[in-house]
Amino acid sequence: MIQNNDNQIPMVGIITEIFEETSDVKTFRVVNSKGDKAFDHMPGQCAMLGVPGVGEAMFSISSSPTNTKFMEFSIKRVGVLTEYLHKLEPGDQITIRGPYGNAFPVDTALKGQNILFVAGGIALAPLRSAIRYVFDKREDYGYVDILYGARSPKDLVYRREIEKSWTEKPNTNVFLTIDRPDEDWDGHIGFVPDYFKKIGFSTDKVVVVCGPPIMIKFVLAILLEMGFKKEQVFTTLELRMKCGIGKCGRCNIGPKYVCVDGPVFRVDELDHIPDEF
Amino acid sequence: MYKILLEDLPKLYAQMAQNADVYMPLRRGNELNFEKWNNEAIVDLESLKTVNTPKDLFLPQIENLYSSQVVGTKINIENVPVFDKTVVLFGVKACDVRAIEVLDNVYLQGDFVDEFYKARREKSIIISLACNTPAKTCFCSAFDIDPSSPQSDVRTWICNEYMYFDFTDEKHEKYERFYDMIKEFLTEADESEVAPLQKEIQEKINTLPFSGICLEKFTPENMLSIFNSSEWEHLYRPCIGCGTCTYSCPTCQCYDIRDHQSKCGGILKYRCWDSCMYPDFTLMAHGNPRFTQKERFRQRFMHKLLYHPEKYDGQFGCVGCGRCVNKCPVSLNILKVIKTIGGDENDTK
Repeated sequence: MIQNNDNQIPMVGIITEIFEETSDVKTFRVVNSKGDKAFDHMPGQCAMLGVPGVGEAMFSISSSPTNTKFMEFSIKRVGVLTEYLHKLEPGDQITIRGPYGNAFPVDTALKGQNILFVAGGIALAPLRSAIRYVFDKREDYGYVDILYGARSPKDLVYRREIEKSWTEKPNTNVFLTIDRPDEDWDGHIGFVPDYFKKIGFSTDKVVVVCGPPIMIKFVLAILLEMGFKKEQVFTTLELRMKCGIGKCGRCNIGPKYVCVDGPVFRVDELDHIPDEF
Repeated sequence: MYKILLEDLPKLYAQMAQNADVYMPLRRGNELNFEKWNNEAIVDLESLKTVNTPKDLFLPQIENLYSSQVVGTKINIENVPVFDKTVVLFGVKACDVRAIEVLDNVYLQGDFVDEFYKARREKSIIISLACNTPAKTCFCSAFDIDPSSPQSDVRTWICNEYMYFDFTDEKHEKYERFYDMIKEFLTEADESEVAPLQKEIQEKINTLPFSGICLEKFTPENMLSIFNSSEWEHLYRPCIGCGTCTYSCPTCQCYDIRDHQSKCGGILKYRCWDSCMYPDFTLMAHGNPRFTQKERFRQRFMHKLLYHPEKYDGQFGCVGCGRCVNKCPVSLNILKVIKTIGGDENDTK
């Protein structure tokens, strides 16, 4: 086995641009102190972002590896660190280390396949990396379906990008749904699992599901009901993390450490670990 | 095998201390701990257990990772000096030796090596000592640990008026260096001289109340059924979540990473011991997957008895040292868990 030496010491990252996605989600574009991409990664992998004296937390990388200039992180304001990050401006510095964790199997199980991406809320962030990767290598994949839901139209992240770019891609269908409509919304209204059932996807595809635990549970149940096999479905787990290198014990679940063995799991793998997620 | 007169040991300690930082069980009042030896130290190799465990030397309660200076919005990261000393750990009992193997697996194996642990561990020399009088709370033999024949690279026994030394791997550069350090005090001895002591220790072990505790049920195929066992519901109840068991455990390895704002403006990033028994250990913005003490209590024992063995080739994460048995303020410990969850086999013992 090739071992990496990781001393948990970060590098300095510079925020070059900030995009306001929703009232509580911002996308941060980050480069290293030389102005280059901080490190290579694969879709689904994460990085530890921090502010000295404030804290450090694991965030999924929402830009594609095909982007060689910078990385992006879409971050929801939920706690002390994210509150602080939301107050930063372009030019401000943070700390960054990684990449951590495994990746969506974009070059193996997903390659050459029809793909269905299902996401709820901020969980589109890790999928965006994979979706963009697939679009940048479009000829390597079959049909792409994207089902994405959020609380309200104002809570849809990457809305401009979805409407201007994703819906225009060849052999691609994008389905959006929201729980609470506003007067401008003329799309579907309802929860992701219900809409999923209504659309009734055929089983000739690989599915990648990312969202709040409750959404994942309902979607998985419907997938199985519709005849999908667990081996066709990939999802992600999220537990608190500190070290990122499988030592500090925080993200331990069964014999797995989510920071190194995850965050991506094939759904049949979850049958062998305690239901503690 | 070699031996040295017990009365000559202080000379040997002094010789070792010229070449390395020597840590051994030192007595301070009622407390016995691995501490750095000096001329005035009161060495106690006879007493069985130290309060703290040798893990302190490799995974200190607090360890600095790096420091940063923040000037305006600019961050400057500075490395802290890498640990670079030879440490001799003298008089480590068999259970604690195994515990270091457990930590080695976690910190030195897998996709990543922990550089801080490695730096401390690499230059260390561990000299074990057989347990002449095991305690009633000892159950190391349940984990196939033999206190009459500890497994570190330099092994020692105290027998009659001598301390016996056995170098299992004399060719290893590290131990060669150690041998050179102390050889002037050693005389040749024969293994038969410690054989009666070894036999005596083994006989004592067999009569201990928990030496035969049965771990047969703790296998990977039973992981989910044990996790879902209804026994946890009442087992955990007395637990007050104080974390004493985790801090006094020689294998508990979880840590937190925190910031310390120093007075001169720098911010120190350090890691410190943490405990899966604490509610905020797994707390996230969207909730806590281990919501009550039941889940936290269960995690600790599942990790030691099932998760760690599954990950590391059957090696249990408990070494039977009995410290948690002595220390728990509500008399709740891994023995109760093994007996309750482990089932019928243990009822007759």
